[in-house]
Amino acid sequence: MPKIVLLWTDVAVWLLVAGLVYYAFVVRRNPDLRATWRKVFRDSAPLASSVILVAFLVVTMLDSVHFRSLLPPAPGVQGGAAAYDTRTRSVLDVVLRGLVGSREATYSRPLAYVGFTKESLVVDGAMKRVAPRLIYGGAELTDPARQWAGDVASRAGIGLAGGLLFAVVLSALLVAWVARGERMGWRATAAGIAHDAYPVRWRTAILTIVAFCILGGPVAALMNHYHVLGTDLTGNDVLLQALKSIRTAFVIGTLATMATLPVAVTLGIMAGYFRGWVDEVIQYLYTMVASIPNVLLIAACVLMVQVFLDKHPEMFETGVERADLKLFLLCAVLGLTNWAGLCRLLRGETLKLRSLDYVQAANAFGISSARIMVRHIFPNVAHLMLIVTVLDFSSLILYEAVLSYVGVGVDPSMNSFGGMINLARSEMSRDPVVWWSFAAAFGFMVTLVLAANLFHDGVRDAFDPRARVFRPRRIVAAPTMRELV
Amino acid sequence: MGYYLVRRVLYGFLILLGVNLATFFLFFTVNTPDDMARLNIGGKHVNQEVIDKWKSERGYDKPLYLNEKKQGVEQITDTMFWERSVSLFTLHFGRADSESAGDIGHEVSTRMWVSLQLALPLFILQVIASTAFALQLVMFRNTRLDFWGVVACVVMLSISSLFYIIVGQFMFSRVLKLAPISGYVSGLDVVKFLLLPIGLSLLARLGAEARLYRAMFLEESNKDYVRTARAKGLAETWVLVRHVLRNALIPIITSAGGYLPYVFLGSLVFENFFGLPGLGAYAIEAITKQDFAIVRTMVFVGAVLYIATNILIDVAYTWVDPRVRLT
Repeated sequence: MPKIVLLWTDVAVWLLVAGLVYYAFVVRRNPDLRATWRKVFRDSAPLASSVILVAFLVVTMLDSVHFRSLLPPAPGVQGGAAAYDTRTRSVLDVVLRGLVGSREATYSRPLAYVGFTKESLVVDGAMKRVAPRLIYGGAELTDPARQWAGDVASRAGIGLAGGLLFAVVLSALLVAWVARGERMGWRATAAGIAHDAYPVRWRTAILTIVAFCILGGPVAALMNHYHVLGTDLTGNDVLLQALKSIRTAFVIGTLATMATLPVAVTLGIMAGYFRGWVDEVIQYLYTMVASIPNVLLIAACVLMVQVFLDKHPEMFETGVERADLKLFLLCAVLGLTNWAGLCRLLRGETLKLRSLDYVQAANAFGISSARIMVRHIFPNVAHLMLIVTVLDFSSLILYEAVLSYVGVGVDPSMNSFGGMINLARSEMSRDPVVWWSFAAAFGFMVTLVLAANLFHDGVRDAFDPRARVFRPRRIVAAPTMRELV
Repeated sequence: MGYYLVRRVLYGFLILLGVNLATFFLFFTVNTPDDMARLNIGGKHVNQEVIDKWKSERGYDKPLYLNEKKQGVEQITDTMFWERSVSLFTLHFGRADSESAGDIGHEVSTRMWVSLQLALPLFILQVIASTAFALQLVMFRNTRLDFWGVVACVVMLSISSLFYIIVGQFMFSRVLKLAPISGYVSGLDVVKFLLLPIGLSLLARLGAEARLYRAMFLEESNKDYVRTARAKGLAETWVLVRHVLRNALIPIITSAGGYLPYVFLGSLVFENFFGLPGLGAYAIEAITKQDFAIVRTMVFVGAVLYIATNILIDVAYTWVDPRVRLT
């Protein structure tokens, strides 16, 4: 049995997933919430982006189960304590073991079979400057110059077919699920989705899934034979780094926003509800926090964390655990420096709510303040919390890159988009340019942040009707002007 | 108005006291001067003697909050907290922790101007560019142009500013050779060094700003007085410029004013990337060298600027909107 390693952020990720499942359950039971969420998915952008976010979440979850495998007992030793591997691996590492194991000497271009830099090698008895063959990338090719294009094309083709098959299976499952919900036949549902006749735009979801599989299929088919996105300075596969960075981005985006919530919600509601000196003190506190430049405050706190970790080496066993604890503390720091905005917002909203009749009525019935705040005010400000949380998610992912650049981000040993960009800075000034690492970080990060932003827009429009910005409606089957004339 | 200002300034002073206490607690109690010394000296030969010498050189060898050896008022005044606070509030920032760096006050006062050279034109151009772009979108609202404009905004705000810098530097400095990669000179020639960072910074923020301004303009343009203006037969351009823009100025001031402290503090990343010796680059240097004295000073300076600009914004409200009275 491998030894399961429970990292701090793993616990947080799984708690979060549990929270999401619980929230989904609550939404199912509550007709109002269900209607609002339906409204979110009535637009195609939030639906498509939520499909992408789910895909990223799956990668994060796979990367959040860590273990140290059991080593085979040393020869000649009987019994004794079981020895475990010193490396901590995650399920994602096992899934992508081909990528983890195929480390080249240094840079190589995407899908290349030779290295990027030339070396002096003996070819046919004479010294020549040639680019050496890669150890793993395209290793099966006997005559690479001629076979390479065909090999890549055939593998990509097989991958594409596999991807499409997978997309069809997923879509069929989705259609079956919708059909069950609508109590309709499978065929009728499929036809309805094809004509986009449902309020929730399932067709967009299916199109997103198909697009995802068309991209992912060839990559999956090629990745064990080539470095699809090239390798970096130390020869590590860039695709692997990008995939591992997803977890870091996700953890920072979610944990740091979660960390703001307890402080911001408690203080914000209390300030608005009690007014008087409580309000004064809380206002003073958040003005103080807001008046310190954010980056400097975070930098200061992270430097403290650094000192703390150096002083307490007994808190972690391996380098991975240390990096993880640092990430966890970074999220806590980000949360504790970031709560002022939400707190101010909630205070204002509570001030408005407390003068409304239903709160006055509850007061007249002699219900305690604590109960009023929890049962009557909190549910009515929860939508603001949700909107701000989703917005912060994307801005924190962007923020992580800047923090890593400044040198107060995640541990350098941990994969992150910030770290990739940081290295890319020197790579982009090489000649010829090493662009693939930068491009990979760019592609993955923009996809993730864009999806989160679009999702946020949908959530905001549905949950806060006042903030809805005017936008042209999709008009179904309305007669056009020309027909009327 | 005068009474209001006095009250605001006093409250600001109170906030500064809090910031000072919080940062002192963070820098001296959460990790002790001993830790700082160890981190700063580094290496293997760190013993108590070296640490004590390092601390006394920098005046970190006094008790933190209360000096029990002294009598009377000196119990409070002869402590680190008192000395550090007084020196900060009188703007005597003292020397940096690391050996090579010099007097902080001198550095701050010279670097301030470099930051200002970058940030002031940027701030003004930013407001103009975002307003112009947003007005353009509102002008063509409910058309394809508006739709794709908003899409462009969302895409632009989803891209990290680091990407803009790296790609921009690569394109304009290396491939097209239009601007120097990085550096700084004093005098008028500085323009060619500032052009690229200003342009890229403008681009990096345009998406978020323009989308926000667009929402503000749209909210304003659905109000009755705008309809009246249109009913009078006023051209759409004049409706937007004379009526909508003027009334949307208040939220714009709030949002643009939020950037003002950073105008003076400089942009951390941009200054560092383009080798401009401003306050932002100074802060990054301090963070990488783990120089706590500089970081503490920058936090204080930043807080002062934040409070000052917030008062400025409130005064600006009365100027833009005569209905607002400050009492």
